Amino acid sequence: MSKKTLLNSKDIEIILHRLACQLIENHNDFSNTVLIGLQPRGTFLANRLMELLKTAYQIKDLKLGLLDITFYRDDFRRKETPLVAETTKIDFLIEDKKVVIIDDVLYSGRSVRAALTAIQSYGRPENIELLVLIDRRFSRHLPIQPNYRGRQVDAINEERVLVTWKETDKKDAVYIE
Amino acid sequence: MQGLSVEHLLGIKYLKTSDIDLIFKTADHFKEVINRPIKKVPSLRDITIANLFFENSTRTKLSFELAEKRLSADVINFSAGQSSVKKGETLIDTVNNILAMKVDIVVMRHGNVGAGVFLSKHVDAKIINAGDGTHEHPTQALLDSYSIREKLGTVKGKKVVIIGDILHSRVALSNIFALQLQGAEVKVCGPTTLIPKYISSLGVTVEHNLKKALEWCDVANVLRVQHERMDIKYFPSTREYTQLFGINQEILSNLGKKIVIMHPGPINRGVEITSDVADSDQSIILNQVENGVAVRMAVIYLLAQQIKR
Repeated sequence: MSKKTLLNSKDIEIILHRLACQLIENHNDFSNTVLIGLQPRGTFLANRLMELLKTAYQIKDLKLGLLDITFYRDDFRRKETPLVAETTKIDFLIEDKKVVIIDDVLYSGRSVRAALTAIQSYGRPENIELLVLIDRRFSRHLPIQPNYRGRQVDAINEERVLVTWKETDKKDAVYIE
Repeated sequence: MQGLSVEHLLGIKYLKTSDIDLIFKTADHFKEVINRPIKKVPSLRDITIANLFFENSTRTKLSFELAEKRLSADVINFSAGQSSVKKGETLIDTVNNILAMKVDIVVMRHGNVGAGVFLSKHVDAKIINAGDGTHEHPTQALLDSYSIREKLGTVKGKKVVIIGDILHSRVALSNIFALQLQGAEVKVCGPTTLIPKYISSLGVTVEHNLKKALEWCDVANVLRVQHERMDIKYFPSTREYTQLFGINQEILSNLGKKIVIMHPGPINRGVEITSDVADSDQSIILNQVENGVAVRMAVIYLLAQQIKR
C-alpha cells in the first residue's frame, strides 16, 4: 500500500509548540502536575514535550514518568506472540496530582483504558487528562477522548498511522499507509 | 520475541538459556510492581491456580501464593496433611478432582522424584514443580541465580560453591543446572557421605575442605542439613559438622575478599551458618526471599500466556 506523509518534521514542531502552550494554559507552572508517557511509543512525545517546556518556555521542576501497561492490557493471551513489558519508571507519588497521560496515536482507546487502571497503582490523582499527537476519531472501541490533540485523522480501519521520531527512526514524521 | 520453550516448569534441566533470560527480564518488571504502593496487576484475573503441597513448606508456599495473588489469579490451597490423601486417594485422583473445578495451573510439591513429570503427562493443566523429592526445585534455583545477577551484575563467569547436604538437596541439583546454563562455574562442598558419588559427571568439582572452597568462590550457597530425609547417620554429630562445614564470621574475615552468602532457608542458625553471618551485609538471604516472589510471578505469567481460551 502506498505511504502518504501526513505530517513532516516542520508540522510536528509547530504542533508540539501548540500542545506545550495548551498545557501551560491549563497547568501554569506545573507545580501540581505530572506528565506520564505511555511505553513504548508515547515516551518519545513525552520526552520531546518535556524538553520543549523546559527550554522554550522556562518551566522548571517538571515531573515525567514512563508507564508500561502490558500487565493491564485486555488482550493478554489473545495474541500469538507474547506481550513483552517495557520499563515503568515513576519515581513520585501521584496522589492528588494532575496527571497528563501522553501517547502518540489514539486508536481504539484500549491502551488508555489500561493506563487509567495502571495509574491507580501509584495513588489517587486529582484528575487525569489525555494528550495525543494523532487522534483517529472514527475507530474508538471505548468512550475515551483526548483533552489535547495534535491532529485529527479520519483514516479508515485498514489504514495504518505510523509515527516516526528522529531519536529512533531518523526523522520526525507521520505517515498513513 | 519468543515465549518460553517449555509448556510446564518441571525442572531446570528442561530449560534453555533463553528461557532463563526471558524469566529474569520479566521478573525485573514484577520486582518494580511489588515495590509500588499498590502491588498488584490484573493480568491473570481469569486464571485459577491450585497449590498442591504434599510435603511441608512455609516459604515456597507463601511465596507462590503471594505471587499468584499479586497477578490477580484465583488461588486454592491444598496441604496433604489435611486431605483425603490420608484416606488412600491416589495422586491422579486428587489432582483430577481439583481440575474438575476448572483449574488452569497446578503448583505442586511432592515427596516423590518425578511427580511433576508424571502429572504433566496425565492432566490437562500447566504444572509448576515446587520441589519433587530430592530431584529439582526449579523456582528456587531461578531466584538464586536472579539474586546473584542482581548482586554481582551477571552470573556468567562467576564461581559458586554449594555447601552442605548435596545428596538430599533438590536445591543443589536445580542450582547446578541453572548456574551452568548461565555460564557459571560450580563447586560442591560437604562431607564425603553427603556428596553424591557421580556428581562430577554433571561437570562440577568436589571439595571437602571448606576453607579452600570459600577461597575459590565468589558466591557461597549454604544448604541446610536435611535431617528429615536421612535414613542413616551420615556424619558423627551435628557439632562435628558445624566445626568442619559451618560458616562463621572468623572464616569469612580471614578470606581477604568479600564473598556473597546465600541460603535457601530454613536456616539452622549455629549449625551450617552462624547468626552474625546470616544477618551480615554479605548475606543476601532476605533479598532471595523478596526476589522469590518476583521470579515466581514471572514464571506463572509466562506459562499463563500460553493458555488459550
